[in-house]
Amino acid sequence: MIDDIRNVLKEHGRLSVDATSLGEESDLYAAGMTSHASVNVMLALEAAFDIEFPDRMLKRSVFESISSIRDAVKELTAGRA
Amino acid sequence: VPSEDSRAATGDKLDSHEGWQPLRSGRLVGVDLIPVAHVAHALQRFGNRYLNRVYTRGEIDSCPSPSLPTGSPAASHFAARFAAKEAAFKALHGGDETSAPDARNEPFDWRTIEVLRRPDGSPSLRLHGRMRALAERRGVRHLDVSLSHDGDYAIAFVVGEAVSAGECNRS
Repeated sequence: MIDDIRNVLKEHGRLSVDATSLGEESDLYAAGMTSHASVNVMLALEAAFDIEFPDRMLKRSVFESISSIRDAVKELTAGRA
Repeated sequence: VPSEDSRAATGDKLDSHEGWQPLRSGRLVGVDLIPVAHVAHALQRFGNRYLNRVYTRGEIDSCPSPSLPTGSPAASHFAARFAAKEAAFKALHGGDETSAPDARNEPFDWRTIEVLRRPDGSPSLRLHGRMRALAERRGVRHLDVSLSHDGDYAIAFVVGEAVSAGECNRS
């Protein structure tokens, strides 16, 4: 899952650093992700994991690090076979 | 996500067409610049999913069709509107001493900040939902926006005026 998230960030996050070497707790906004890029990341994550982010998750803290994104994706995919 | 129509039907909107009185205290300001290519990429890659999560039906209908060939003006128009939403968000959150420290982390729907066109062609803002509630809490009485796009970039500038809740209640 982490590798898939890193790939999404690499393609859509417009980070100023290499997403593959970014720490899981690193602040993605500090690494250069704009609010528009975060929308792209959200849409790409939905496609990559076949999920839909509900309104309550459309907030800054959900997309601020690889680990926070992982937690959100885990929550949205919980219970799948 | 409630549809734009359902929000409009409840009257849950704040419309800068409505002629609020400018007030002397609490100036609000926000600006945002965005590369048009970033929006063109989103339109090309995510299409209607991108449009429907970020822009209202009215905004989509007022812009050139995003299905036009690459290089069409659609990306510039949507980029200017995205910049306006970001600039308005900054204006509404800037210097808000009454808000909780994590106010910027509340769930945010980009469609709660809508860019409209007046009959003379100038842009205006309409707020819905949480953004309308925030504006009312801050006593925002006036919010104006200016848009521009040229070549690779689009920019928006938002200015507003607000009074404290106490002043607002007395007026």
